[in-house]
Amino acid sequence: MSDMKYTTDHEWIRVEGDSGVIGITDYAQEQLGDVVFVDLPDVGKNLSKGDEAAVVESVKAAAEVYAPLDGAVLEINEALTDAPGLVNTDPVGGGWFLKLQISDPGQLDGMMDEAGYADYVKGLG
Amino acid sequence: MTHSTDLRGRGEAVEGGDAIETVLGHRGLQLEEALIFEQDSAGSSGVDLPTAPEAPDRLGTFRRQGRIGLPGLSEPEVVRHYTRLSQKNYAIDMGLYPLGSCTMKHNPRLNEAVVRLPGLAGAHPMQPVETVQGALALIDELAHWLKELTGMPAVAMSPAAGAHGELCGMMCIRAALDARGDSKRRRVLVPESAHGTNPATAAQCGFTVDPIPANAKGRVDLAAFRAKLGDDVAALMLTNPNTCGLFEPDIIAIGSDLHEAGGYFYCDGANFNALVGRVRPGDLGIDCMHINLHKTFSTPHGGGGPGAGPVVLSQALAPHAPLPWVVHSGDGFALVEHEGDAGDAKPFGRLKGFHGQMGMFVRALAYMLSHGKDGLRQVAEDAVLNANYVLAGLEDVMTVSFDGPCMHEVLFDDRFLKGSGVSTLDFAKAMIDEGYHPMTMYFPLVVHGAMLVEPTETESKAGLDAFIEVMRSLAARAKAGDADSFISAPRLTPRRRLDETAAARKPVLRWREEAAE
Repeated sequence: MSDMKYTTDHEWIRVEGDSGVIGITDYAQEQLGDVVFVDLPDVGKNLSKGDEAAVVESVKAAAEVYAPLDGAVLEINEALTDAPGLVNTDPVGGGWFLKLQISDPGQLDGMMDEAGYADYVKGLG
Repeated sequence: MTHSTDLRGRGEAVEGGDAIETVLGHRGLQLEEALIFEQDSAGSSGVDLPTAPEAPDRLGTFRRQGRIGLPGLSEPEVVRHYTRLSQKNYAIDMGLYPLGSCTMKHNPRLNEAVVRLPGLAGAHPMQPVETVQGALALIDELAHWLKELTGMPAVAMSPAAGAHGELCGMMCIRAALDARGDSKRRRVLVPESAHGTNPATAAQCGFTVDPIPANAKGRVDLAAFRAKLGDDVAALMLTNPNTCGLFEPDIIAIGSDLHEAGGYFYCDGANFNALVGRVRPGDLGIDCMHINLHKTFSTPHGGGGPGAGPVVLSQALAPHAPLPWVVHSGDGFALVEHEGDAGDAKPFGRLKGFHGQMGMFVRALAYMLSHGKDGLRQVAEDAVLNANYVLAGLEDVMTVSFDGPCMHEVLFDDRFLKGSGVSTLDFAKAMIDEGYHPMTMYFPLVVHGAMLVEPTETESKAGLDAFIEVMRSLAARAKAGDADSFISAPRLTPRRRLDETAAARKPVLRWREEAAE
């Protein structure tokens, strides 16, 4: 999947034209354990890179999901309200969090591609 | 997840292990117990009431449509029900309770004897002040001890718990910032090794939370902290000793840099048990700190009673302390209850009805007076000694996260379980089969699979040796490849491994008649 980019905070973004779908990686869901609650932002909210975009709560911990780049929230994954377990079972598919209108595509350049992220995770031991 | 009235066949929630089936589900003399509503037997009653007169089914505009739903049980059934429930509870009176940062120490019976003295137990907060002079003197004396022990000039007594104390402290800070016309300061720095309530409190008070990373030694990363200082920083909320069980050696530099940048210094005092009698927070540059009387000063908690979280305050914050407070008045004491009587002070308001947790004040002062200054110092020393004894007894078989010595608690992580197929959760469940309440798990988040152990000073050497022996044995068993015995644990409890995920995703919080039928 060449259009997937990754952050060091274990978020992925799949670019679809001038928007991007955002979620957390398989490694991240594995570390969190069973997800029991996901708090998503309001549609229309403007996020800057590094802002808290969502909160994910598991049986072990609560963690923030950061906006990997600037943009307005176009859509959120309502399915996670009733089925937060999708984050565990299908982190890069049905477990997506939100869709962002990308305002600065240049911010994608600093992110890792799939191979780069795989190496990064390997380095974490 | 509906509650079954059928008592048979329970206890097989997790596969594996050697589950023992009994006819009614009782295990030894650990008795199964249905909910009290499920034991309803229409017409049963503990008292022989006369037939009630005909009563209207209407109260004002409301009309009762169904039955009231109180279960009918005889007196012995009720007594047995609650006794059986009480026996399912684990308590500090039963054994070691090593929850990290919770300071589950023994609650001395002397405290209980004193608090039951009729003059104290029977006092009512609405009595005229001249009839409760002793109670006010007691609050004043406790306040004096708290100020002396912390080296701080003022204390707000009314907060009813640790997090309530945090709220009080942060509201004082907010009021002080507003009073000096500095309301644009809205960022609060919170180290990763702080208590989890700290960021929650800051957010509750309308601040934004900015985390500070920990360094490789488990302390605040000083360079990262300094880089975050600015004219929008309202405060730092530091836990000391932190949740890694470590003293923050740079605390004085942290405080002076923070003050220079115009911020206030909040210290989470939940871990004051490690410092009492040894270190005065006032000497470290702290502006406010809550004190958990139910931790450091031995009042009951964890289901045994309400908490109490007085907050000591610096000169800068003292004028904003919440109402009410006790003042000396002539030969006696008076209460300042209203802003109009507060003189130059600018209280931010009131946090609680009445004056605070009086029962906890009595117990805490009894504890202080029975220990004395030297005794309290020994409390801190023994708490630190005991934690280091656990560290020394386990460091070769478990992984200590940061180099010791530690303070009052010791942090392990799951590196020693790597490759064993056993997780921190599995390890904790296996401890239950061995008769030990687990330690704090998966917190703090700065290490992987955290296990935070706080033995407290009230455990004997023999008690700690037994705990260490069990932990060593479990660690050896995990490393020997016996993952199955961990994954199937607990095996000896009335219920096996609970489905915590389902409990969180689809909680069943109340019994409903329809669900049971």
